Amino acid sequence: MRNFIPYTLTSFGAWALAILWISPLVFAFWAAFHYSSDAIHFDLLAPLTFENFRTVWEQAPFPRYMFNTFVLVTGLLISQCVLATLAAFAFARMNFWGGSVAFALVLVQLMVTPEILIVENYATVSALGYADSLVGIGLPYAASAFGIFLLRQSFKSIPKELDDAARMEGCSTLGILWRVYVPLAIPTYLAYGLVSISHHWNNFLWPLVISNSVETRPLTVGLAIFGAPESGVEWSEISAATLISIAPLLIAFLLFQRQFIKSFMASGIK
Amino acid sequence: MGATMALSAGVAAAKTSLTMYYPVAVGGPLTKIVDGIVADFEKQNPDIDVNAIYAGNYNDARIKALAALKSGQPAQLSVMFSIDIYDLIEQDAIVAFDDVVSTDEEKAWLKSFYPALMENGQTLGKTWGVPFQRSTIVMYYNKDAFRAAGLDAENPPKTWEELVAAGKKLTKKDGSQWGMMIPSTGYPYWMFGALTKQNGQVLMNADGTETYFNNPKVVEALSFWKDLSQKHEVMPKGAIEWGTLRKNFLEQKTAIMWHSTGNLTTVKKNAKFDFGVAMLPGNPSRGTPTGGGNFYIFKKSSDEEKKAALKLIKFMTSPKNAAKWSMETGYIGVSPEAYKTKELKEYAKSFPPAAVARDQLNFATAELSTYQTGRVRKLLDDALQAAIAGGKTPEEVLNDAQARATQLLKPYK
Amino acid sequence: MRISGNRHILGWLLISPAVILLVTFTHYPSVSSFFSSLFSRGNPIRPSKFVGADQYTAMLEDPVFWTVLENNLIYAAGTIPASIGLALLMAVLVDQMLPGRAFLRLAYFTPTILPMIAVANIWLFFYTPEIGLLDQVLRPLGIDTPNWLGDPSTALWSIIFITIWKEAGFFMIFYLAALQTQSPELKEAAKLEGASAFTFFRRVTFPLLMPTTLFVLVNAVLNSFKLVDHIFILTKGGPNNASSLILYYIYETAFSFFDTPYAAALTIVLLGFLALLAFVQFGLLEKRIHYR
Repeated sequence: MRNFIPYTLTSFGAWALAILWISPLVFAFWAAFHYSSDAIHFDLLAPLTFENFRTVWEQAPFPRYMFNTFVLVTGLLISQCVLATLAAFAFARMNFWGGSVAFALVLVQLMVTPEILIVENYATVSALGYADSLVGIGLPYAASAFGIFLLRQSFKSIPKELDDAARMEGCSTLGILWRVYVPLAIPTYLAYGLVSISHHWNNFLWPLVISNSVETRPLTVGLAIFGAPESGVEWSEISAATLISIAPLLIAFLLFQRQFIKSFMASGIK
Repeated sequence: MGATMALSAGVAAAKTSLTMYYPVAVGGPLTKIVDGIVADFEKQNPDIDVNAIYAGNYNDARIKALAALKSGQPAQLSVMFSIDIYDLIEQDAIVAFDDVVSTDEEKAWLKSFYPALMENGQTLGKTWGVPFQRSTIVMYYNKDAFRAAGLDAENPPKTWEELVAAGKKLTKKDGSQWGMMIPSTGYPYWMFGALTKQNGQVLMNADGTETYFNNPKVVEALSFWKDLSQKHEVMPKGAIEWGTLRKNFLEQKTAIMWHSTGNLTTVKKNAKFDFGVAMLPGNPSRGTPTGGGNFYIFKKSSDEEKKAALKLIKFMTSPKNAAKWSMETGYIGVSPEAYKTKELKEYAKSFPPAAVARDQLNFATAELSTYQTGRVRKLLDDALQAAIAGGKTPEEVLNDAQARATQLLKPYK
Repeated sequence: MRISGNRHILGWLLISPAVILLVTFTHYPSVSSFFSSLFSRGNPIRPSKFVGADQYTAMLEDPVFWTVLENNLIYAAGTIPASIGLALLMAVLVDQMLPGRAFLRLAYFTPTILPMIAVANIWLFFYTPEIGLLDQVLRPLGIDTPNWLGDPSTALWSIIFITIWKEAGFFMIFYLAALQTQSPELKEAAKLEGASAFTFFRRVTFPLLMPTTLFVLVNAVLNSFKLVDHIFILTKGGPNNASSLILYYIYETAFSFFDTPYAAALTIVLLGFLALLAFVQFGLLEKRIHYR
């Protein structure tokens, strides 16, 4: 009995906060299926419609934007994982000359992220001939200090004996990395993957600067152009467009949220 | 087999391809309409391939086009803000149309537009921009609300005094309906250009090297704008958002809005009440800046591409397409000939608001445009918002903006 | 000897792809920003020339710079403690056996995976005067609402609130992960000794969470200088720069005014800030943290 009242209060507070937090998404969901004039008045009994989705689909090449984002996010994740794995392994297990200085240099990117350097990076990517291309959007992020840092932590926690055992069996260095280290760091890869995917799915400023055309624009930039307030705001259509662009990520998260949180706990991000 | 390949290679080489960026600053599915006109053009000119890219708002379109030029994947032509002219000249990015037109017919075409629409496209004795999606500011008003307030719905205010008087009658004390709204985000300097013109003063000289921000008549115009909310209380306080204003009007939260004529078709489609469109009032003479986008041709293009670009521009500004564009959007048909086409004539007869923006060209002036236009424009925008939403006095902010603008423009004198 | 030589070469080989990219897009642009900030704005007609510290003296006299700097400090002060505090609260809440725990977790976390640019439009609807949600809900209750985004005194705080909403759930995940690895025996022991839940939290849980707090803090500080997406949709920095931040001003300067050298000078100032904050955080806080 002594614990009942605090428990009820806590539950109530937790739920109130949750409802406040989810309400923008709920509103977007609701507005997307209603006519604009009804959505503005919260007419709960107003008729449902798919009209907004149709208009959005017709007015902007969202499938193409989604494809761009998908290619971008996948390509980036692969390159980040490969590059980070190689570097993290070297930093964790090879006591090589200049390693700690190099590692300190890598960590600089934790603070100085590519967003902050848009002006100079824009010049560099243009000079390399990658302006307005998916490669150009991805390049500044292809090597991730955060990924290197995380993987180094988790590689370091792997017992050296496993390493030696594999070496006795004649495994090469890269063989050990692939057979021993990578499998044991799977939770870290999953947790990092979640952070990377949601970051790049949502990234806006750099893609806005570097992409020019429908063929390269990711969803965020397409959405910003579609919903730019300059052209007069139509919230129902924007809500529909928003739902289209977040759907894949949201569904993936709903399906895998348990695994995600578990891998977060196991990954050592804490 | 070899012959076919040679043949197709020959065709491919003869085909000129053009890349064009264009912006949309006001409502509706305008991209579809542009795509449609471009498709018609390609059908008529199988040797020209057009890649029309929608780039967002005016600022985005300029950034994208200039970025493309620098990165070696240039566009040959673009629709960009008419006020970008000085920046584009300074960047050495565009050619004057006078240097591209050659035949008599082309020269005549260059003279076929409304003179008021040419003002922002001409400087240094040449024409650098050709009007395409051009607008003026018009006054949209809710006739039902006018009648309910006991006002004559067919005689909207013609002077500032009448505007304030009508606004007072239209404003409901419970806050459910405002008398009027003039947007103060997005393009505040543009709205302000109308007020100053009405008060008998323009904002800059014709060379783009001098501004008149602290001229007494300009200060007076800003005082009037500020008074609408502070003293007369016919307009809400704080900044009024350009993008959501149309919704406010359609939801009958304001009886009058000043907005681009480019919204006309969307308002027509969505208004659930009887609305009218009128020229802006005067103090005493009417006035509005023109606005919107011009065609520019980029210098980096080959002669062949320039010719093809000219052809495309001529096609898109032809009376038939200008009429179609005007009907679908509300933008002004750019030449008198457009209003002589059967379609637009009939449309204007059945829907008189369609001709208001054109008639207003008689009172129009150029939109604020100078060298370093982005900075100068932002100086004025900030000053206006500081006075309207921030409680500073008009004299103070405009003196400051003028001093800074003079500093910026010093090297160009 | 041969083997160790191999080790050095192999080590560098393994890190070189990542290091080359990092140098190209992090170190090189930081240095080249500094060099371009020493030149004047040029164009084909007036080529740029070396002007020394002119860009920096111009910055000192630029009122917009001081405004965005002040705004950014308020933005940091407004978002960092609030989002971290809320994240901790959320983590503690969903760490307990409350009814509907899965839903709570989901509700707190979803803002994180939504693109800021998309949710900004939804928030625009909430904030819009007259027809917006807040006005429709609060006006009938007799509450006089301000013009949230149109009034210089509320615009920045409206932006801050969205940022907190967006970030808290992300930080919650890290706290939750840390909480769930804490040993239950510790809690049992405390209970036996009669410590209240609050005392336990203050004395045991919170100190153990310090490494997580440091990690989250670094992220929150960084985000307060790089998260500007919503400004593009909501206010464009207005009214009169009341909601503009340093990075947004850099974007404007570089890509609207085409003044690359001044944008570079602003970038250098921003980098200086980040460096300073990094020293403070790692230097001072590191000492106070009890690592296990």
